[in-house]
Amino acid sequence: MRHRIALRVGLVGFRIGSDWRAPIAALDALYRDYPRADFAHYSVRLEAASLARRWLRPAVRTMGDYHLPDAAPLALAHGLLAAEMGMNLQVALGHRRHLLLHAAVVARGDRAILMSGVSGAGKSTLALLLSQRGWRFLGDEFALIDLTTGLAHPFPRPISLKNESVALIPPDRLTGPLLSGTPKGEVRHVAPDAAAVAAMDEPARPALMIFPRFGFPLTLQGMAPTETFVRLTQASTNYVALGEAGFRALTRLRAEVPAVALDYPDGEAGVAAVESIWSAL
Amino acid sequence: MAVPRYRAAEAALLIVEPLDIFTAVYHRPSGITHLLNEPAPQILEALDEAPLDIEALLARLAGTYDLGDADEDDTAILRVRLDELEAAGLVDRL
Repeated sequence: MRHRIALRVGLVGFRIGSDWRAPIAALDALYRDYPRADFAHYSVRLEAASLARRWLRPAVRTMGDYHLPDAAPLALAHGLLAAEMGMNLQVALGHRRHLLLHAAVVARGDRAILMSGVSGAGKSTLALLLSQRGWRFLGDEFALIDLTTGLAHPFPRPISLKNESVALIPPDRLTGPLLSGTPKGEVRHVAPDAAAVAAMDEPARPALMIFPRFGFPLTLQGMAPTETFVRLTQASTNYVALGEAGFRALTRLRAEVPAVALDYPDGEAGVAAVESIWSAL
Repeated sequence: MAVPRYRAAEAALLIVEPLDIFTAVYHRPSGITHLLNEPAPQILEALDEAPLDIEALLARLAGTYDLGDADEDDTAILRVRLDELEAAGLVDRL
């Protein structure tokens, strides 16, 4: 394609091509501190929805090794979001090397917390707040659990904050443009701090799993083994595809790592609760 | 007609992970994960060593678990469980 960039995020290399310069320039700026990949596991292509739509009310269709045929094209102004969603999709549908869990991951030293929840559960916001309090950010989208060792490998992509959460971005952090009127509302990407990017080849041992839920009175509950098992299978995008290896990795994680369900009313209370659970381990 | 006997799927085909009141069973040939609760894991265990017909299985389970009186209802219930396990490939009918 006319414009392209190759990026490495942890163990995953991406090649992103585009009919337009702007989305690639936005990626180049947001991924300033990331290595440029010399090998790509996955390709994403940002294509004009039709020949005319390259120039006239330009609309981006996200293609790649994997794509969603029914996905509506995005405005060119939202090209960065299209690229980020395309990169997520390749990993969600294509990655088989690790057990993938839809989760944010932070670590202290070589021990990690996995925070798993549906969109809106607040895992990205919690991960950002914790990363400002001495926690290493390993990712807010996917936990990559090694099938042999059980370690969590970093996949520290920029954090995508939406709507009210956009205001939480610290002023000194590298951000993408503020994207208004996207299908997810107002979106802004914030790059992980440089230390998190520099440490993206250092895995951590899962030591705690939290299933957070934002916007509820503060409640902390233990989880029965079956509940944890089922929640993990729901959180994984490739559990079925991995077959026996997925079952073994998931049951190991369930057996070795304590799990709690945390309801929290706001970010400050959430961070305080996470710190307190951690110190009681 | 001979009374059917049942046998658990070959142990090598299953990975059994006891959780709590549920047991997760991964069935290798299909790649499907089953979550079983009582008495299904106990049925698999009882049928692991040797094939049993339904009466012998009931007697075996009644010796270990409280299934109430071994009346006709228990046999009918056990038959339904066996049919389910057979459909899932976890039990073979001989």
